[in-house]
Amino acid sequence: MSAPILEGQGLGVLYAGQTVLDVPHIQVQAGEILALIGPNGAGKSTLLRALGLLEKPTSGVVRFRGNPVAWTGRDLLAIRRRFASVFQDALLCDTTVQANVTLGLKLRGRSSGEAALQVLPWLTRLGIAHLAGREARTLSGGEAQRTSLARAFAIRPDVLLLDEPFGALDPPTRDELLTVLQSLLRQEGTTTVFVTHDRDEALRLGDRIAVMLDGRIHQVGRPSEVFGRPVSEEVARFVGVETILPARVTGEHSGLLTVEVNGTKIEALGDVSVGESVLVCLRPEDLVIRRRDEPATPDSARNHLAGRVQEATPLGAQVRVRIASNPPVVSLVTKQSFHELGLESGSSVIVSFKASAVHLIRR
Amino acid sequence: MELIWKGFVEAVRLIVTGDPDVLQITWLSLQISGGATLLSLFGGIPAGMALALARFRGRGLCVALVNTGMGLPPVVVGLFVSIFLWRSGPLGFLELLYTPTAIVIAQFVIAAPIVTGLTMAAMQQLNPKLRLQLLALGASRGQLLWLLMREARLPLLAAVMAGFGGVISEVGASMMVGGNIRGQTRVLTTATVLETGKGNFDLAIALGVILLVLAFAVNYLLTWIQQRGRTR
Repeated sequence: MSAPILEGQGLGVLYAGQTVLDVPHIQVQAGEILALIGPNGAGKSTLLRALGLLEKPTSGVVRFRGNPVAWTGRDLLAIRRRFASVFQDALLCDTTVQANVTLGLKLRGRSSGEAALQVLPWLTRLGIAHLAGREARTLSGGEAQRTSLARAFAIRPDVLLLDEPFGALDPPTRDELLTVLQSLLRQEGTTTVFVTHDRDEALRLGDRIAVMLDGRIHQVGRPSEVFGRPVSEEVARFVGVETILPARVTGEHSGLLTVEVNGTKIEALGDVSVGESVLVCLRPEDLVIRRRDEPATPDSARNHLAGRVQEATPLGAQVRVRIASNPPVVSLVTKQSFHELGLESGSSVIVSFKASAVHLIRR
Repeated sequence: MELIWKGFVEAVRLIVTGDPDVLQITWLSLQISGGATLLSLFGGIPAGMALALARFRGRGLCVALVNTGMGLPPVVVGLFVSIFLWRSGPLGFLELLYTPTAIVIAQFVIAAPIVTGLTMAAMQQLNPKLRLQLLALGASRGQLLWLLMREARLPLLAAVMAGFGGVISEVGASMMVGGNIRGQTRVLTTATVLETGKGNFDLAIALGVILLVLAFAVNYLLTWIQQRGRTR
């Protein structure tokens, strides 16, 4: 890995004596997309404002290309002008789309003609060229956010900071814009810090994901790492693990662990020793359901639990099924298989999962 | 009833034929009140922006003072400006009492808090996140203030017109510090008071009509701006 383009060290922010940010270290590599995820109030935006040089942290240092940033005067402005930000609200000025998109360049002293020429490709790439003459206040939410993105990209920033840019959009518009943004970022290779509370957005865009809770970064890593092997119960819950059960490791045989959950033995893989207390984590999409009265199809799943459907909640294309087994688990099945299986409340089922689907957190 | 009608007809004749007295008084009023409003912008807009955007000790007190100042009774202003400009007063050596400059000073004192208060309100109604966005776009301090003013241009225009509307229609202070001297410090309001007192209703009505038209024009523009803002 090359030297980080942006780095924060010992970043702390206090509001009225309350610690809202406490990040000993964070770095952003050139060209990567770092997604900061976490619930509302976790300090994601505060961290973004500190890294974006928009709000001086109570303590700590921000380094840009290895040099610590002084929080005053010309130097600060010069470095800040290497960045661009897009927030949840498009925050456009009360003028035309064209004038909004050229604003960043004009603030940097470009002439109107030069700026207009430079923003033209961005208007086109964000699909708002036909809106160039429109007054910004007449735009729809999606159009306004496209304008805001064009305004940021037009600066050709070294670092792009995105703070829940799709948080205020309806799902189809959000999906559309996410696709546009994804392809732009891939083509441009712009270093990006992306704040979101939406796991799917983080998964789609992030090269690395940092999970923030209560002002701290609890885990940083590749998406598969963070989503598959959360380091704590809190992180596990946030990244979508729905079954979390206290257990004890009771045996090990050629790399395969046996853990006991409430008297039931489950086979798992993991880096823990016999006798340790652990939490068993199961992602709902890793659990396969079949009816009890149907024959088992051969598979590599080593764990099978018998139980009854307790509750089924439709979630768009999928159904979340809560199963009363020992231990109780939550599974996610497609709507189609839910209906093919003819499941309903009280149905007798077998839940299967692989040993590798079990993630163990040491307690 | 006939008195009013005759007075009104005569007033129209005075205005249409361009009576020199009426023209001179109107022109002087516009100059004095326009000048006072202009001066109040130089003080009031920066002060209003500072009160809206900065956080400092004593800000609450300043805001309360400005809000009180927006309703300052002109006669009280007239009284204090008179005392200051009185021959034996602290600024008596300037010999400004009973000059148009004295009226400008008094009207400035009346208009400045109005402009300050409305500027403050105009800046505060902007989305506070806009400041962060403009900084993030690379605006320097000066560029930021300029852009915020441009964003609030319509309510700022309203502040200007409210300031002007406040002083063009004010009579107490102008009378006290100007003295209503014919050809020198006689303005629309003071002339209307005098002519009414003398029973010259036609002239008084003509002056009144001009004042009303000016006030209407200002308020019409104000209303238009406010309504435009609402239908956004």
